[in-house]
Amino acid sequence: MDLQDLWFVLISVLFIGFFFLEGFDYGVGILAPFLGKTEPERKAIISTIGPHWDANEVWMITAGGAMFAAFPHWYATLFSGFYLALVVILLALIGRGVAFKFRNSEANPRWRQYWDWAIFIGSLVPGLLWGVAFGNLINGTPINANMDFTGNFFDLLNPYSLICGVAGLAVFILHGALFLSLKTDGVLRQRAEDLARKLWAPVVVVSLILAAANYLYIDIFTKVGVNPGVIPIATGAALLSVGYFVHERQYGWSFIMMGLTIVLALVTFFWFMYPNVMVSSTDEAYNLTVSNASSSDYTLEIMTIVAVFFVPVVLIYQGWSYWVFRRRVTVEAPLEY
Amino acid sequence: MDALDLARLQFAATTIYHFFFVPLTLGLSILVAIMQTFYYRTNNPVYKRMTKFWGKLFIINFAMGVVTGIVLEFQFGMNWSEYSRFMGDIFGAPLAIEALMAFFMESTFLAIWLFGWDKLPKGLHLASIWLAALGANISALWILIANSFMQEPVGYVLRNNRAEMNDFIELITNPNVRVQFPHVVTSGMVTAAFFVLGISAWHLLRNKREHQDFFSRSFRIATVYGLIAIVLVILVGHSQAQHMVETQPMKMAAAEGLFESEDPAALSLITIGDWEQREEVFSIRIPRMLSLLSYNQLDGEVKGIHDLQAEYEETYGEGKNYIPPVALSYWSFRAMVGSGFLMLALAAVGLYLILKDRFTSNRRFLQILIPALLLPYIANTAGWLLTEVGRQPWIVFGLQRTEDAVSPNVSAGMVALSLVLFTLIYGVLMVVDVYLLGRVGKQGPGDDESTEDDTEPVLVTA
Repeated sequence: MDLQDLWFVLISVLFIGFFFLEGFDYGVGILAPFLGKTEPERKAIISTIGPHWDANEVWMITAGGAMFAAFPHWYATLFSGFYLALVVILLALIGRGVAFKFRNSEANPRWRQYWDWAIFIGSLVPGLLWGVAFGNLINGTPINANMDFTGNFFDLLNPYSLICGVAGLAVFILHGALFLSLKTDGVLRQRAEDLARKLWAPVVVVSLILAAANYLYIDIFTKVGVNPGVIPIATGAALLSVGYFVHERQYGWSFIMMGLTIVLALVTFFWFMYPNVMVSSTDEAYNLTVSNASSSDYTLEIMTIVAVFFVPVVLIYQGWSYWVFRRRVTVEAPLEY
Repeated sequence: MDALDLARLQFAATTIYHFFFVPLTLGLSILVAIMQTFYYRTNNPVYKRMTKFWGKLFIINFAMGVVTGIVLEFQFGMNWSEYSRFMGDIFGAPLAIEALMAFFMESTFLAIWLFGWDKLPKGLHLASIWLAALGANISALWILIANSFMQEPVGYVLRNNRAEMNDFIELITNPNVRVQFPHVVTSGMVTAAFFVLGISAWHLLRNKREHQDFFSRSFRIATVYGLIAIVLVILVGHSQAQHMVETQPMKMAAAEGLFESEDPAALSLITIGDWEQREEVFSIRIPRMLSLLSYNQLDGEVKGIHDLQAEYEETYGEGKNYIPPVALSYWSFRAMVGSGFLMLALAAVGLYLILKDRFTSNRRFLQILIPALLLPYIANTAGWLLTEVGRQPWIVFGLQRTEDAVSPNVSAGMVALSLVLFTLIYGVLMVVDVYLLGRVGKQGPGDDESTEDDTEPVLVTA
């Protein structure tokens, strides 16, 4: 495997880590106003991700930085091309990020309500738009010979990509409900478990629609035929097993299998993308690939050395932070400072 | 305004705004860690209360720095795609390393510290605030390595129609970053010191018995911290300016309003230029002073704007303008240096009053310290204005012009829209942030050991 491929894998890993972790963060942010009937309940729900959301978001920032370092053209084309969509994501993330810190700084219930809405919208919008963005990546967008995106914002809102967005959102909400069933206790835990059981079937329906859309819109799926390979099938199996485990009320396993579904879905995505990093709908010859979009070998070597040393360190201390805050949260004892 | 001007305006607005919060994060993280270290060693509960109170203000500020930072990470690709393509091979690496090495560390350990007061052994808990502070300052190092490349490109080769990295060690030991990094970190410490001094002064003026001890201690720590830091800022700043004379003489000429070369060169106290910013109309100068500052001796040529323009035309191509906005560079420099020396004076007076044990009774001085809270913010902003505006028309000095760096496919309308949206949300958040800092700052520390969540009792009645 040469360095370009290695960095394609590393960036995939960063995005996979991001969606696994931030996926439940988004779900929790979206569910808080519905699962929490009172202010203290909402506070407790949001506190389950209080110590984690920021570091989880760093996975995305690192993925962006790694794209810049390893595939500057991918970074340049994607970020300038999806300009307005990214502006919307950024505005949502700004509101959401400060809301986590600001909501508890005032006792006024109105104040807290406003910030809870910021958390809700700030989780809902990116939760939807990341899927739309990834849908567009594989579906292809108008890109010219200079690697520049030539479409507009509304080109991005095509049926296939919107289906990807909705599917991603549905998955994040279920992932969030399962996370809450593990991290809360008492009445909140009860509600999260009930919701997770109810959500599973709709998520399967949306996923089936996405699977059908893949065959309808994406060339590579029609090429591979009805048997898409072991990874996509395993993705479906993982999602089905979530249904079994929530039915058996084994929420730990449900959460693990849900996480595995997210991981495998993204592995499928990157597997089918490779060697492209951006598909041009204008002309296949204009596709950005791991070879024409990448940095020099020297830069990739340096970055590899840095990654080999620091990625395991990060995993260890971030994992430890989940261990420190492993206790379930209750309305009487939310996680706070 | 065209797309380029709007993109520049947006970059300036979002970066300046981001940097309102960053220096306090850099400096206050260390100061809070120092306070907690005192608590760890003495077990005196007042230091725990100090850690918690200043830590609370730190967190409000930190949140703003984090969310505005995401915009910057994306903005190079969004608005400056040609820059990203041309420089990505070099510039992307420090950004990625910053995220991997610093952002994870900062965010993870800050959360562990914040939520972990009763969950961790004392030593481990203390270590987590130090690690968060270290993460914040390491992040400054990597972003300044990236910025230093823009000021003074090193460790690269032009190949494959772009600049490619060929010496990583040279990149990270850029002579520019060796002066820039200490200057920024110590400015952060000064910012934190004046932040703590301003709020402490406000409380000392109120003369509440129960807060007197708390804020006089905070005041003393911040004065010492601030005085050491401001002396370092000025010393490093001096080396930095000398380095600028050598590597970016045009920036220095603009910062000094020096239109014609001089030997020995005089230092401008005030210079008024013509409307085009090309000729001096009026100035008051100290003879030989600029040579002295530039070379540590009483003579030596400092090049003026016109000579440098001629020189650059020869090197980089005829018929182009190589002169940055002179007035903005000139006044930014003066605003920065002026605020810096004012802060030096204030910190020195503060120390004198502390040694004489008169600082709590000197109302005039305490009153001055409240508006002086703005001084580091003026200096920080002006410093970056000089650094970035003074480098124009280059985005990377000598390698790429700003006008060639902009995204070709992002229209003026799109940037105008995003600029309006960012301005709106940043405006609202600034009001909220100042309101919160003011309210929490004025409220003061809790009166007893348990300062955990003093908003909670109010909630029950609400």
